[in-house]
Amino acid sequence: MLQGKKIAVFGVANEFSIAWAIAKAIHEHGGELALTYQNERFEDTVRRLAQSINVEMVLACDVSQDDQITGVFERLSQNWDRLDGLVHSIAFAPATALRNPFLQTTREDFLVAHDISVFSFLALTRAAVPLMQSGGSVITLTYLGSQRAIPGYNVMGVCKAALEACVRYLAAELGDKNIRVNALSPGPIRTLAARGVPGVLQMIEIMKERAPLKRSTRQEEVGNAAVFLLSDYASSITGEILYVDCGYQAMGM
Amino acid sequence: MADVMEKIRDIIVDRLKVDPSEVTPDASFVEDLRADSLDVVEMVMRLEETFDITIPDDDVEKLRTVGDAVAYVERRLKEKAGV
Repeated sequence: MLQGKKIAVFGVANEFSIAWAIAKAIHEHGGELALTYQNERFEDTVRRLAQSINVEMVLACDVSQDDQITGVFERLSQNWDRLDGLVHSIAFAPATALRNPFLQTTREDFLVAHDISVFSFLALTRAAVPLMQSGGSVITLTYLGSQRAIPGYNVMGVCKAALEACVRYLAAELGDKNIRVNALSPGPIRTLAARGVPGVLQMIEIMKERAPLKRSTRQEEVGNAAVFLLSDYASSITGEILYVDCGYQAMGM
Repeated sequence: MADVMEKIRDIIVDRLKVDPSEVTPDASFVEDLRADSLDVVEMVMRLEETFDITIPDDDVEKLRTVGDAVAYVERRLKEKAGV
């Protein structure tokens, strides 16, 4: 489905990462990949994972640093004649903002969460556009906490609401370049980042009980949905939030 | 259950890049093995995957040493087996 497509995936931390599930699915469907890692702490792990699917381009990118974003896209343009896909699977909120009541969120925590989780999507997309000369597909990862109040998700829910608005505004502006912008909204999944959200294990249990499919979403299902959005089969889909959540969002209780 | 200790040692050595000889039952994850909070979460997730168990956050806070983790996993495996 992705034969010949060149796709950069941002946000692999370890083998539990949604970004890694997406990278594996892209690889299985014939796409060519570049992966990034946040900093040295993650470098070994990400390089090891990359090697297991023969990915050579593994680049450092701390999205809070503009020069690192510029650097990554310079490297991509040196290695590739164009870019077809961008996957943004990055979010962060300080532990204090997730542990304390939402009402107590500090200005500093609020800003850093929005910088890493929302602005980075805009910044990476902006840097990718010049390379997407024959159109492209941009995807990010969101969560139902953007639309409903999910206890413990707190400022991250506010970030995801802003992120989903970014999807719509970017889709509107980039449509004439044939660049599609969408988000996947999976059910709660055990990842390194999710484990920072108090009560995530309980969220998964509630989902198994109440989602129409009576189970939780698996990483590889998010990978498959990403492949679809990155592929030409989704050529008319942009500005969309696609739920990959066993139907949980359709339920009232 | 020597098996559990061995698997846990592999997980620790792989994540923390410490010498296997440092991974003794008394060794504390944070003080002796120099794990940061992210390391702890990563190792907990690997334990969950390896032993097919779920470790709630409240339990994670009680796992201070390697011995704590081994005893905890052994207890959870026994519960799972219904012993």
